[in-house]
Amino acid sequence: MEMLVSAPYTGYVYPNETIIPWTLLIAIYPYLTGLVAGAFTVSSMHHAFGMERFKPVARFALLISLSCMIFVPLPLILHLGHPERAMNAMITPHLSSAFAMFGFFAAFYVVLLALECWFVFRVDNVARAQSSTGVLRTFYRAITLWSDDVSVKAREYDRKWLMALAIIGIPGAHGLHGYVGFVYGSLKSREWWGSDLMPVIFIFSAVISGMALCIVLYVLAARLRRIRLDFACLKGMAYALWGFLMFALLLEALGFANIVYKGKEGIDVIMEYVRGPLFVRYFVVQFGLGAVLPIMIIGGMIARDTRGKQFVVGLVISSVLVLISVFMMRWNVVIGGQEISKTMKGLLTYIPPLYGRQGILAGTAVMIAPFGLLWLLTHLFPPWGDMSQEELK
Amino acid sequence: MTRNPSKNKSGRRTFLRTAGKALAGAVGGGALLAKSVAQDEHVAGNKATTSFPTEDYDWTEHRWAYGIDATRCIGCLRCVEACKAENGVAKDAHHFRTWVERYVYLEGEEKAQVDSHSDPQNIAASGSESEYRFDNRYKDEKVTKAFFVPKMCNQCQHPTCVQVCPVGATFRTEDGVVLIDETYCIGCEYCVQACPYGARYFNEETRTSDKCNWCYHRITKGLLPACVEVCPVGARIFGDLNDPSSSINEFIDNNRIHVLKPETGNAPTCFYVGIDKEVS
Repeated sequence: MEMLVSAPYTGYVYPNETIIPWTLLIAIYPYLTGLVAGAFTVSSMHHAFGMERFKPVARFALLISLSCMIFVPLPLILHLGHPERAMNAMITPHLSSAFAMFGFFAAFYVVLLALECWFVFRVDNVARAQSSTGVLRTFYRAITLWSDDVSVKAREYDRKWLMALAIIGIPGAHGLHGYVGFVYGSLKSREWWGSDLMPVIFIFSAVISGMALCIVLYVLAARLRRIRLDFACLKGMAYALWGFLMFALLLEALGFANIVYKGKEGIDVIMEYVRGPLFVRYFVVQFGLGAVLPIMIIGGMIARDTRGKQFVVGLVISSVLVLISVFMMRWNVVIGGQEISKTMKGLLTYIPPLYGRQGILAGTAVMIAPFGLLWLLTHLFPPWGDMSQEELK
Repeated sequence: MTRNPSKNKSGRRTFLRTAGKALAGAVGGGALLAKSVAQDEHVAGNKATTSFPTEDYDWTEHRWAYGIDATRCIGCLRCVEACKAENGVAKDAHHFRTWVERYVYLEGEEKAQVDSHSDPQNIAASGSESEYRFDNRYKDEKVTKAFFVPKMCNQCQHPTCVQVCPVGATFRTEDGVVLIDETYCIGCEYCVQACPYGARYFNEETRTSDKCNWCYHRITKGLLPACVEVCPVGARIFGDLNDPSSSINEFIDNNRIHVLKPETGNAPTCFYVGIDKEVS
């Protein structure tokens, strides 16, 4: 039996509330799905909307999306009291539950991303199968399903599939993430969660987090591989991040303003919470450092037409701030919601343990795992060139 | 080796046709099988409704409800201890199927001071997390109004916990009690979040959700829930709404009753008398 850590509190809270049910892992879960949706958006800018400037990062973004998506169910399963019964939700889904469809949505999305990757990397994989030997050759042959047709007709066929998958994928990715927002927003038991804006807020924060991750990893990969960054691509991502960031901030602010303005029963406790324990996490980190500052930095760089190294540094700093801000947002929603007692007469304080299934170490491992997979995938399927499109031209 | 392309093609076509038929057959067969299983279950279900959960108990004949007369409660906490003993609830200050809240209005204050026996100060007074009492912290204060309010699962008619369970492990019975199938619950704690009353907790032993079930194992044998049985002042009332002469019907008919958090739409079947606006 894991050691129970009860949350200290002030005011009056229901006795059963002193053990916080949803912890770090449940904050990581929406963070990962957000990264999936955001990275997929970046990839779709090229694959669905045909924006050429996003081409250098489109395939990499797709691999980022897939790597994160594969690990999305992990924090949820790790959190379950009975992980071995996880499939019950798919075998006998209780359809009135906002959570019943998660397994189906997640499975659908993994398949969709895998299919899209298959088409995107098919021509490369055929070439790799032909140029490699031994086990690798067998691996790439199997991956291509023993087909080596790279004729113009076949590639045109691939392109149509890609377009279709991207078109399904965009509402899919955002639907999946909006759905995560609904899981929280549809609960009437917690004032902090029960907002109609929650799914939309989740979608926009997802897009900015995924874009920020793509920017950081693209710059990092270019440095590691000692190649020149595509400035037009980077600037395109900066524009997109800047625009979406403003929407995200506006929606978050509207959500909060709604709670304050409606001033329903218990608003005193909410105000005590946001002015006290939440102040730094919410106003300083999430809004100030993570949203307003990046908007100003990117906006300033766009206005002054900053270029070169200065632009890259400014953009990477902004992106890292956005990534921290969105994680803080997940934490402030998931943990914050539970720190405000259902009695609306007290506040709890969640202190994450270091060890154990719900601990900081386990959470960190879950967060690092997708990047381990991404490293492997980028070695097996290097996304840096785009042979299929080059040759087609 | 030579190949006959046309023969090969026709072979493939035949294969596809056969495979298609097999698939259709499998799907159709599966559907029929599913239907027949569903019919069997339906029959079994009908049987079950006439003798569930024991041979001589028919859950369609009862409609249980609970009354709490807060004006009578003296905060002795026998109910809490009886509940823990009867249902094997963890003997600590963080897991309760039922608990009692104390509301105290001090002179000159608009809002009540609220605590329960799980409050660290009260635990310190009892000296143990498995024994409960209210300390005497207000002995030097001027108290204008004070009362106790027992709390528990409200066995709602529209329970949000049941709504959100992703596997259907928690359900409302025909006789109006919300139960948890601990052999099927996955322990996601979505229901713990969804309950507006804080009535659910995570049972570390079974690794599933847990809560009050009005001692379902007792009431289906004609006994009273343990908390009702031990209450020395009759603050807890339990009975069958289908029985016109039951104590619960008498309680409802003779009092102006309230439910907790009616705005949630959960429609509790736990009715209160003598609670104050501060109680939620």
